[in-house]
Amino acid sequence: MTETNQPGAAGEAGENGTPAPSPAEIAGRERLSEQVVRTGMFGVSDTPDTSGYGGLKVRRPPPLSSPRPYGSYFDEVADALARSLEQAGSGFGDAVERVVVERGEMTFHVRRERLIEVARRLRDDPALAFEVCTGVSGVHYPQDAGRELHGVYHMLSITHNRRLRLEVSVPDADPHIPSLVDVYPANDWHERETWDFFGIIFDGHPALTRIEMPDDWKGHPQRKDYPLGGIPVEYRGATIPPPDERRAYQ
Amino acid sequence: MGLEEHLPSGFLLTTVEQVAGYARKSSVWPATFGLACCAFELFSAGGPRHDLARFGMERASATPRQADLMIVAGRVSQKMAPVLRQIYDQMSEPKWVISMGVCASSGGMFNNYAIVQGVDHIVPVDVYLPGCPPRPEMLLDSILKLHDKIQNMKLGVNRDKEITELEEARLRRLPLLPSLSGAVPGSGGTSSTGTSSTGTGQ
Amino acid sequence: MSTSADQADTAEGRVYNLSGQDWEEVVAAADEAGDRSGDERIVVNMGPQHPSTHGVLRLILTLDGETVTEVRPVIGYLHTGIEKNLEFRTWTQGVTFVTRADYLMPIFNETSYCLSVERLLGIEDRIPERANVIRVLLMELNRISSHLGGIGPLGLELGASTVFIYGMREREKVLDLFELICGLRMNMAFIRPGGVSQDLPSGAIEKLREFLAVMPGKIGDLRGLFDAAPAFHARTKGISYLDLTGCMAFGVTGPMLRSTGLPWDLRKSQPYCGYETYEFDVPTAKTCDAYGRYIVRMDEIGESLRIIEQCVDRLAAKRPASDPVMIEDAKIGWPARLALGPDGLGPAPDHIAHIMGQSMEALIHHFKLVTEGFRVPAGQAYVPVESPRGELGCHVVSDGGTRPFRAHLRDPSFNHLQALPAMAEGGLIADIIPAIASIDPVLGGVDR
Repeated sequence: MTETNQPGAAGEAGENGTPAPSPAEIAGRERLSEQVVRTGMFGVSDTPDTSGYGGLKVRRPPPLSSPRPYGSYFDEVADALARSLEQAGSGFGDAVERVVVERGEMTFHVRRERLIEVARRLRDDPALAFEVCTGVSGVHYPQDAGRELHGVYHMLSITHNRRLRLEVSVPDADPHIPSLVDVYPANDWHERETWDFFGIIFDGHPALTRIEMPDDWKGHPQRKDYPLGGIPVEYRGATIPPPDERRAYQ
Repeated sequence: MGLEEHLPSGFLLTTVEQVAGYARKSSVWPATFGLACCAFELFSAGGPRHDLARFGMERASATPRQADLMIVAGRVSQKMAPVLRQIYDQMSEPKWVISMGVCASSGGMFNNYAIVQGVDHIVPVDVYLPGCPPRPEMLLDSILKLHDKIQNMKLGVNRDKEITELEEARLRRLPLLPSLSGAVPGSGGTSSTGTSSTGTGQ
Repeated sequence: MSTSADQADTAEGRVYNLSGQDWEEVVAAADEAGDRSGDERIVVNMGPQHPSTHGVLRLILTLDGETVTEVRPVIGYLHTGIEKNLEFRTWTQGVTFVTRADYLMPIFNETSYCLSVERLLGIEDRIPERANVIRVLLMELNRISSHLGGIGPLGLELGASTVFIYGMREREKVLDLFELICGLRMNMAFIRPGGVSQDLPSGAIEKLREFLAVMPGKIGDLRGLFDAAPAFHARTKGISYLDLTGCMAFGVTGPMLRSTGLPWDLRKSQPYCGYETYEFDVPTAKTCDAYGRYIVRMDEIGESLRIIEQCVDRLAAKRPASDPVMIEDAKIGWPARLALGPDGLGPAPDHIAHIMGQSMEALIHHFKLVTEGFRVPAGQAYVPVESPRGELGCHVVSDGGTRPFRAHLRDPSFNHLQALPAMAEGGLIADIIPAIASIDPVLGGVDR
C-alpha cells in the first residue's frame, strides 16, 4: 500500500526539545504549500475593492489518499487486485499511486504504464469481474503542473454489483495514455471523444479521430484554456457580453 | 416558374396571385429538419391533438426536392451547418423557412463555440418562432402567419417591385446599437414576425 | 502528371492512383488482376438529415447488393457544448443545460446530475421524502413518454403510421401531466440539487388517477395492434442481434441488455431516490433481437404505471405537518417559493415578507444562493440512474466553488450507437432501420 498522506503521528519530539508539530500545524503547512486556485471573493479584479475580500486566496485541497480499511466492498477489490498483480510479478504499489475512498466511491489513481495490465485483471479475474467499462472522460486541471490531464474510467461489475473509478494523470507536454480498446471495446468512441475535447492521445487506438467536432476543427474545446466562444448578445441599445466574460459572483 | 410569372400587372395578375397563393398555402409540404428537442414538439404538432393534416401538411417530405417549407427545429451545430445549407439549396422555389425555437432563431441558451447563433446566418428565414421548445400551438400560430405571407405573395412584375421595396426599407432601418451605425444587422428573409411565447428565458 | 493510372501493392491491398480521365484504365486493370474487391460495392450515405435515423445521425453504408458489409456511424452533428457551458453557470443553473442533453428523457438527465451533486454535497440522505416520491413519479412518467417517443417512430419507420399516431396521442397525456406538475412539457428543469422546485399543484392527484385509469387500456390497444402483427414480426424478429457478450463488450445497458435475458436494472441493484421501497418487476426477453427490445419496452411501460400508482398513493396520503419538497438547509435549498398572483407566477408574498421584514439572514441566503449559488465541496462523484435507454450517469468534479469544474454526462445512446455496426453488418439494408429504432438513440444525448 502506498503511504498515506494523513498528518503524521505527533509523537516525535523535535531536536533540542522543541515540541513536535501538532497535526493541525502539519495540516496547515501542507495546505499553505498547495497552489492557489481562486482569488478574490466576487470574481472581479479590476474594480477598486476596499472590502478586503478581493485578497482572499483559496487554495486547492491537498491530494487525498485514504488509509485502510476502506470499508464496504472496497477492501475486497483492492486486495483482489493486489493478489492478481502479484501473481504476475508486479506490485499493487507500482500500478496504483493512490487510492481515494470518499463519499462511498473508490478511485484508483493508476500509472499510465500499468493501465492496460490493471484493466485486463479487472476484467478477467473472477474475484474482480468488472465486465463493463462505462466510458472514459477527461478532466483538465491547468494548475496541476505535470499532471494536467486526467482520464477518468468508470467500471461496473454486474456479477458483484460493484463500481470502481480509475484515474490516470498525464502532463500536457506528453498527453499519451495507452488505449483500452483491446480490453474494453466500449471505450472506442469514448477515447475519440476525449481526444477531441482534451487532446489526450490514446496510443494503440485503431482510429483516433475527431468525433464530435468537425474533422478540421482546431483546438480541443473542453480544455480550460479554450474559450467558451460565445458572442455578445445584442439588445436594442445595449449588449451583454458572452457568458464567460460576464461579471461573475464566485 | 410558370406562366403566372409572365403576366403583365393588373387585375388579372392580382387574381392569379390570390389563386396561386391559396393553392400554395393549402399544401405546404414541410421538409422537417428536426434536429433536437423542438423536433419532438414538431412530431406532436403532427399528432392527433394538434393536427397538421388539417393544413395539408402532414406529408412531410424527407426529400428536399419535393418540400416547400423547411422548419429548422432545434439547435444547429457547426458540423450541421453545411448540411443545412445544402438541404436548403436542394429545395426548389418557392420555399420558405421557419426557424423553430430559440436555438434556431438566435442560438438560444447555447451561446458557445459549438452552435450557430441563429440559422439566419445560413439561410434566409421567413418566420422566427421563439420558445424552448415552442408548444405545438405556437408552431401552428407561426405556420398560420406563414400562410398569410404565402397567400399574399406577389408574382411576376409585382414581386420584383415588392422585393425592391423591402430591400430599400431594410437598408433604411435603424441599427440596434449606436456603435453599429454603419452596418445593418443582417437577416436574409423578409419581415420577421414572432409569436408570443411562454418559453423560458436565457 | 501521368495520364494512366498507376498501381501499387501495399499492405492494405492494391492501391490505384488516379489522375483524371483514366477510369476506364483502372477498371481494366482491376479486371485483369482479378481484383473483385471493388466489384459491385456501393457506398451510400444515409445523411444526417434522414427521416429514419432518430435524429442527426449519419451512416455511411457499404453495400454489396442489398447486404450491408460495413456501417460507419458518424455523430457530432448535434454537439452543443453543454458540458463546457456548465462550467460557466452555477450548480443550480446547470440543471437547465443538462436537461437538454437527451431531450426525450429530460427528467433523467436532471436526476442523475442532481444525485451526483447531492453526493458531493453530502446531503443524499437529507433529501425530503416527498421530493424523492415526486422524483420517482416524474421519472416513471418520463419513462413512459420516452418509450412511446421511441416506439412511435419505430412504427412510422416500418410503415405502420397508426402506431406513430397512437404513440403521439398517448404521449400527449403524459406531456399534459408534465405541464400540470412542472410547468413545461419538455426540458422542465424541475429537479434541483436538494429536492424538486415546487410541490404538486392542487388537482394533480386527481389528474394522475384519471391518467392511471385510462392509460392501461390505451397501451393495451397499442400492443394489440402491433405485438402480433406478422409484418412487424417479419421485420424485427432475428434482426439486429446482440447477445450478452456483445452487450458487455460495448457497455450496453438498459432494454438492449435486458432483451438478452439479463435482468440488470439499476433501480433494483443500486437503488436511488427510494426505489427499493417500490414493488415492480424487471421485464426481460430472451431473443436479443429488435422484437425482444420492443417487448421489453412495452412491458416496462406497464411496470412504470404500477410504480406511478404507488407514488400517487404516497403523495395523496395524509401529510405530516412539515413536508417540504426542497432540503431545509438554508445554505443549499433553493429559497424562492413560487405562488400564483394577480400578475402571474412569482415569488410568494409570504416569502417576500419573510426575507424583507422578518429575517435578515434569510435575505442574505436568498441573495447569495441566487447570485452565487451554493458551494460544493471539492471532489468527484458519479451517480448513474436507470434511464429508458440504459445507464445514464453524470460524472461531476468540483473544486470547491460555486460552479461545476467539470460535468460529463455518460449517455447510454453513445455506447449503443457504437454497437450498431456489430448489429447491422451482414444484414440487409432494410434491416438498418429497425436496428436503429430498436436501439432508440437520442442524438442529443450522444452528441451533448
